[in-house]
Amino acid sequence: MSLTLAMFEATRLVHLSGVDLAIIAFYFGLVLVIGFYLKRFANTGEDFFLAGREMTAWVAGLAFVSANLGSLELLGWAGSAYQYGIMAAHWYWIGAIPAMVFLGLVMMPFYYISKTHSVPGYLKLRYGSEASGLSAVTFAVMTILMSGVNMYAMAVVMKVVLGWDINFSIWVSSLTVGIYVAAGGLFSAIFNEVLQFFLIWFGALLIPILGLIETGGWSGMVARIHQNFPGQDFTHLWAPTASFANNPMGINWIGIVFGLGAVQSMGYWTTDFLVVQRVLSAKDIRSAKMAPIIGSYFKMAVPLIVILPGLLGLAVLPMHLFPASGLQPGQHSYNEVLPLMLARYCGPGLLGLGITALVAGFMAGMAGNVSAFATVWTYDIYRPFIRKNAPDKHYVSMGRWCTLIGLIISIGTAYLVMGFASIMDYVQALFGFFIAPLFGTVLLGMLWKRVTRWGGFLGLLAGTLSSVTMFLLMQKVDPQKWVPIFARSPLAKGLAQDMYQSLWACVTCVVVTVLVTLVTKPKPDSELVGLVYSLTPLAKEEHTSFWHRPLVWGVMALVLLAVLQIIFW
Amino acid sequence: MSERHEIIPVWFFVGVLLLVYGVMILISGLAEWSHPPDTVLAELHAPVWWGGILTVLGATYCAMFRPRKT
Repeated sequence: MSLTLAMFEATRLVHLSGVDLAIIAFYFGLVLVIGFYLKRFANTGEDFFLAGREMTAWVAGLAFVSANLGSLELLGWAGSAYQYGIMAAHWYWIGAIPAMVFLGLVMMPFYYISKTHSVPGYLKLRYGSEASGLSAVTFAVMTILMSGVNMYAMAVVMKVVLGWDINFSIWVSSLTVGIYVAAGGLFSAIFNEVLQFFLIWFGALLIPILGLIETGGWSGMVARIHQNFPGQDFTHLWAPTASFANNPMGINWIGIVFGLGAVQSMGYWTTDFLVVQRVLSAKDIRSAKMAPIIGSYFKMAVPLIVILPGLLGLAVLPMHLFPASGLQPGQHSYNEVLPLMLARYCGPGLLGLGITALVAGFMAGMAGNVSAFATVWTYDIYRPFIRKNAPDKHYVSMGRWCTLIGLIISIGTAYLVMGFASIMDYVQALFGFFIAPLFGTVLLGMLWKRVTRWGGFLGLLAGTLSSVTMFLLMQKVDPQKWVPIFARSPLAKGLAQDMYQSLWACVTCVVVTVLVTLVTKPKPDSELVGLVYSLTPLAKEEHTSFWHRPLVWGVMALVLLAVLQIIFW
Repeated sequence: MSERHEIIPVWFFVGVLLLVYGVMILISGLAEWSHPPDTVLAELHAPVWWGGILTVLGATYCAMFRPRKT
């Protein structure tokens, strides 16, 4: 989610009481205690990097969905709901659920059976070190830069919402995360993500409950929105997407279905190692398949605490909110809608709980980034390219140091962003360049045994370069000329441009992969067992009871998704 | 969670967190009963019932997933 430095204006939104501060302090104390407690269990590489592969489906599923439920996402999407209405829920529904079910039912067996530690690790087995190296280096660099960008953005949020000093926020949160992740590895990160999940739900759920009581239910809320914003449609999901001009995003249904649903979300949820790593920690293949499917049900419910508060903000806030750029003194930006709603309904105690949820989301996101970075650096860069065949203890030690070094680089990035604000937008954009083509590369590799080593590498490279080129053309060179060409409408806003950019990058990756594959020599079948669909004996589920089958729950998630689309059509 | 024999389940820590927060919020809500804060719908005394819910849930999790001696 793109947030700019100007997202919050320089006023303090809420004031904390003693009980609020006690609630925040208790959270910091508890995560440190848990980190030190878990240190004794993180002795081997498998323990430190994959939490011993002993997580149940529920724990892995909650951590999977929590890894994406960071504070900036919550604040940003609540702001998007205020700006675009319920259409922002597309990113939680069609932009997440089909991909999660697909990951669980189709892709997870290959990740799990191959016993890889990471997504680049799978690429190494399937294609070779070229595609794996490209993916590992880009992921490691971008993850750590993103961590720094998020760190700074959150420190700005804390300064504006609470009046906290930026340096204090950066150092206290970084040191806490560094200590508990370096101690317990992925164990600590996952424990913290599960805590964060409960905190976010219990911290934010009161807003929609009290908001709907205030407005007299859904219909009362819709009536108030129409009264406050006459002539605008904020409460329909698909109806405004019949044409580009009918909605403030400047997108039509094709962009949402194919750009967001089929490429962007598939790329993120199935190949971004930050989230996939959580599922790889599952104790067996059934748990690994169930984890993302369990996560999909919770993901489907997240609009309740993110999108609905944004809509309620349209209905009940006495003032109108504005884009972050060009705010006048006394005005608030879209991204402030969640803290404003929190301050509207929550007094001492509840306010502390809500703020702790935001802090926890921020710290869990940072922990997720550094734990994923440590794994990819150690297993996909350090081990294959720098020091092969070292003892397992050496790699665990490297993982611990990487966690701390990663955090120091993140802190450096945060201070760099403080000095050069535009870096932030570039870093966030860069991260998106790799995800869509990576999905094409991984999926083709899993489903088509003919794809060759060079087909995979050059396809990934071409897809990434095409994404960078489209970004530069649309953002920097000549937006008026290139936006209508790539995003299919001059009305396309940033989110719509992202969707089409992802779609064309993935198409480029697939086309180049296929063309190169047809003129290069494939790997022998014997080297692809466990990596490609047609050559992998998949576990049958006939001995599992009907209600324990991942397929059943996956199909039910899709049916529920369809029902939600119809209700809010 | 982690059915790794000795590890205390994450659910126990969730229970501790909810229990402590529930008690703190409940007490805070009761203390401000006669002079509620200047928030919308303060007359509903949300900290009291929300804190109560957290307390009950937290206590339940703590009891169900407490570490047991083997």
